Formats: sequence, C-alpha cells, structure tokens
Amino acid sequence: MAARNPAPDTPELRARWGSFAWTESNAAKAREIVARYPEGRQRSAVMPLLDLAQRQVGAETQTQGWLPIPVIEFVARELAMPVIRVLEVASFYTMYNLAPVGRFHVQVCGTTPCMLRGSDDILAACYRRGMRKGHTTPDGMWTLTEVECMGNCASAPMVQINDGNYEDLTPERLDAVLDALARGESPKEGTQQPGRHTVEPLGGPTTLTAMVHANHDYRGEWRGDSR
Amino acid sequence: MLDDRDRIFTNLYGFQDWRLAAAQARGDWDDTRALIGRGQDAIIDEIKASGLRGRGGAGFPTGMKWSFMPKESKDGRPSFLVINADESEPGSCKDREIIRHDPHKLIEGALVAGFAMRARAAYIYIRGEYIREAEVLFAAVAEAYDAGLLGRNAAGSGYDFDVFVHRGAGAYICGEETAMIESLEGKKGQPRLKPPFPAGAGLYGCPTTVNNVESIAVVPTILRRGAAWFASFGRDGNKGTKLFQISGHVDKPCVVEEAMSIPFRELIERHAGGVRGGWDNLLAVIPGGSSVPLVPAAEIMDCPMDFDGLKALGSGLGTAAVIVMDKSTDIVRAIARISYFYKHESCGQCTPCREGTGWMWRVMERLRAGDAAPAEIDMLFEVTKQVEGHTICALGDAAAWPIQGLIRHFRPELERRIAEREAGEVREAAE
Repeated sequence: MAARNPAPDTPELRARWGSFAWTESNAAKAREIVARYPEGRQRSAVMPLLDLAQRQVGAETQTQGWLPIPVIEFVARELAMPVIRVLEVASFYTMYNLAPVGRFHVQVCGTTPCMLRGSDDILAACYRRGMRKGHTTPDGMWTLTEVECMGNCASAPMVQINDGNYEDLTPERLDAVLDALARGESPKEGTQQPGRHTVEPLGGPTTLTAMVHANHDYRGEWRGDSR
Repeated sequence: MLDDRDRIFTNLYGFQDWRLAAAQARGDWDDTRALIGRGQDAIIDEIKASGLRGRGGAGFPTGMKWSFMPKESKDGRPSFLVINADESEPGSCKDREIIRHDPHKLIEGALVAGFAMRARAAYIYIRGEYIREAEVLFAAVAEAYDAGLLGRNAAGSGYDFDVFVHRGAGAYICGEETAMIESLEGKKGQPRLKPPFPAGAGLYGCPTTVNNVESIAVVPTILRRGAAWFASFGRDGNKGTKLFQISGHVDKPCVVEEAMSIPFRELIERHAGGVRGGWDNLLAVIPGGSSVPLVPAAEIMDCPMDFDGLKALGSGLGTAAVIVMDKSTDIVRAIARISYFYKHESCGQCTPCREGTGWMWRVMERLRAGDAAPAEIDMLFEVTKQVEGHTICALGDAAAWPIQGLIRHFRPELERRIAEREAGEVREAAE
C-alpha cells in the first residue's frame, strides 16, 4: 500500500480554503456529473467531484491542484456524505493530491515495461534539472513523482505531465518537452519519436496500410463471403 | 497472417478520425437495429458459438457470462453492464487504442451486449490516468446520444439504453470486478467477498456483468460477420482475433491485431521488427502482462500465443501484453520492479497481501544485490505460496506468480549473485 496522509489542518489552511465553492461553470458540471447516477446513489459522484474540485484548486493556484481538508469537507457537504467517507476515497486513490504540487506534475512511469526501455535515464534527466522524487522545485514549477504503469507500454518510456502524455522519450526529447512547458508553450503530446504516429511499428504499420491515407472501408472486401 | 479485411479494429493507430461520421463510414453503427432485432437469446448464442473468451485476462467465455444474468426482474431491480476500461496491468495498452481511436466500436458493443443481457445501462469505468482517452470517450458517447443511437429507443431498436462514463483515479485494484463496483458506488476500491457474484448482486445490489473493453468492442463485428468467421481464427478453445501489445526489447514495439494462436516468433518477427540484437539475444518473455510468470527464450520461441499454449508453459495469455527481455536485462530487477508494483497497488484489505507484497519486494531487492542467504530463496518461494490463494481477490496471486516464475527458471542466477557477493565480502575481509 502507498502511505498517504492529508496536509495538516491549520488555521491558515482554513483561512485560505474554508469558503471554497464551485465556480459557476463547475457548479453546472457538478450537476451534470451527479445526474449520471441513479436517484439516491449520488455518492457515486464522489470521485468525479473530487477531481473537479482538485482542478478548480489547480486553476486558482496555477498548479495541477490538490485537495485541502476544507475542500474535501465541501465535497462531503455537496453529496451529504460523512467527511471521513470522502477523505478515505481521497486518500485511497493516488491521483488525488493531498499536498500542494507545482505548476507541472511530472509523473515518470518506472514500471518494468518502461524500465526496460530506459525510464532510469528519464528520471536521471529530471534530477539533472533539479527535480527530486516527492518534492516540488523551489520555484514552484515542477513536482516529480515516480508512478506505476500508465498503459503506454508500446511507446515507452513515457511521462504524464498534468493532462498530457509524452511517449517514446529520450533524455533529450524530455528536455525539449520540459523546456517548451517552461516557456509557456504547449508541446505536442503523444509520441516524441519522429516519424511515428501512435503505436504502430516505427517506420510504418505492418497492417492496415490502406488506413494511413484514407478512411478505408474494408466491408467491400469481405461482404461477398459473409452469410 | 491475418488479412486486413479480417481485422476488427481498422482504425487502431488513429490515422483516421474517431468521430461518428468516420466510424460509420468504416461500418460501425450499420443497422444496429437489425442486430438487436435478432433477440437476446440469439445474440448470446452467437457469441457463445464464436468462442469469444474474455479479453481482460481471465479468459472466461463471454457468452456464458452473459447467460448468468437474470432473464426477467422479479423484484424490479434493474441490471447493469459495467465495462472495465481500467487498463492498468503492466504491459497492457490495448484498450487505450480502442477508446481513443475506435470508441464507437465500444459504444455500439455496449448497446448490443447490454441489450443481450437485459441491462438498463452501461457504466464504462476508465482508468483515471487515461485523461485524453476519457475526453474522446465522453465526446463519442455524446455524439451517439445526439444521433439517437443511445437513450430512449436506442438506434431505433425500441430498447432504452444509457451509457455513462466514470473515471477512476489511480488504483490498479479497481480492475478487479468487485473493487470496480465498490469504486463506482463511491467507495475505496476494495474487492468484495464472493458469493454473492455480481450477476446476482453487483452494482447497487443489482445484477451486473463486468466485461473488458476489447470483449465488448468486438461484439458487433462478430454478429455482423457470424460466429463461424470469428471461430475460423485460432485453435480450439482459443478462437478469434486479438490485440497483442508488444513492449520491451524489440526493435519496433507496437500494438497489433492478429489471429489467436500465432506463434511467438512470427508475431515478433512480422510486426515488432524482431528481438533487439537478434533471436540469440532473447532472454525471457512475460507473455501476458506483469502477473503471469515469465517464460525463458527457448520455451516460448515456437509457442502458439493463446490461452492454452501459454498455460502449458506454466504461464498465461493474460491480456496478451507481451513484454520482451533481451540478455542485457537485469532479470532479478525486472521482476523486483513488478513486486514493487504489487506492493504499491495492494488495497490493504487482506493481511497476506498487505504484508506479503511488501515482504516479498524487500527480499527481492536483497536478492537483486545477492544480499541474502541461499536458503532465503526457498523461504521466498514458500511465502509466495502462503500469499497465493489466501486473499479475497487475485492480486495476491498476481504478486506471487512472477516471483515463482523467476525462481523456477532463474534460480542459478539468484544463487550466482549470492555467491558473488559472499566472495566479495570474503575478499574484503582478507585484505
């Protein structure tokens, strides 16, 4: 299990977040989310509402966002749930940040498929830029976390930074992505391997080549021999 | 090799648009009403006849699973289909491609499968880290509603059916079906004791079937082309086409749809550019995702990549996530890293898993450096046997098996590291 504890509940924290409430657009989103679940089962919305709250905190702090205790209490009130039930969800799932993070949350996948493709070098590249696992850089820009398999194994190694994945990395390609983010740009997400589109074999697909340049309809090639 | 015309996921690589109009031009949502018009029992029979086995790892026959659902509700409880898109098994990266590049195959499959099992709605539980993928899925579901393909009288079939997307938030354990149900209900994702099985009491206490993304997304094509077509691929008991995910030390890692039972060497040679450094450089393969035991090079070379072929080698097809390791691999570290994964992802509910995964990982780390006594190899094996089979869900088993595979096949390497370290210590003492 991963040990996760909430940030201390201090008067300063209360002063900053005690009056947290949805923005107008998030209030509408929250209503739409709750409506996805059957009457009387609103508690099912706790995960998406925690995510929404974390994103709102992120927008207000210019970071990826996190969940101060008063915000967790707000979500509990919204869903008429005991606070402890919301806190145990927030502390169980690793995507909820229980402490402040930086503007960019650099999550390096270190599980075996990425490890085999060089994730050690990717982590080392982050360290060379002054990042440390579990910490935020003093300028508040970068928080580094080593995460478990992100499901990008055929384009490993990879990092997820806030909402975007950057795949097929080398230290140089990672540096280019991080430099671009630092400049306020939005680097291309997905594979960073020149000439690769997504997860086809590098150099061009060995299958479905007709799909590369046209939305090919294969039905004409099998309809004759179907029932 | 499988012909392109027999591939189900034609937009696998996303060269073309995922949106509804483009998906329809490729054949999705083509007279779905007629598929539904065949009736529930006919659809289930066709899926049974196709030989489709669940694509999420366990390989349970899909049609049979659906037939466990109640044919009528005696007490007014609705039934639910839950689609497992919590793809988190290390090595697995296929559902991601379906969701971001061919989402309408999944959504149409949800309607047809949901109808066949008499479900009121489907919840697609997508792992939280698939952020862009979830954006596509939400948008694709919205398109389907706007086009009248979901909701009341879905696709003009006369059947009312809803599809909802639910995002997880970073917990591997939610891929276990009862943990997923707990999570959907707004709780920690901790597996439930079975029975009751979800088909009797699942989501909100209602009859529920949990199916993998790939299992559901292939359904419309199987119905359109017929069970005999699907069953024409693969060996008996291992039918159909399958998305293979090839990672690690190959020249060209990729995801590719192939016929089941394709020999390992052919799969790698044809699509992944071969093993890095040539076939003589192959050390071992984890053929089905992190939880299945590794297979040494010589044994897997000509193995048919299917449920039974890999079972015969003491491993498994799992999700068909093929992790290839060449001779440069620190094999002890590769497995120790998997042990760390399971330690990190244990939900903490059962003591053998909560304590055992951490214990096993710490011993694996010592074995990596040879910092152990030879007898500890047997002790570790014994502990894996105490964890395996003694927990509510299979995460304990999944943590035990990779270590068992390592000890079974690479014991001399473990012993070599211990001897080497001892020799080093003796030398240091002498100097």
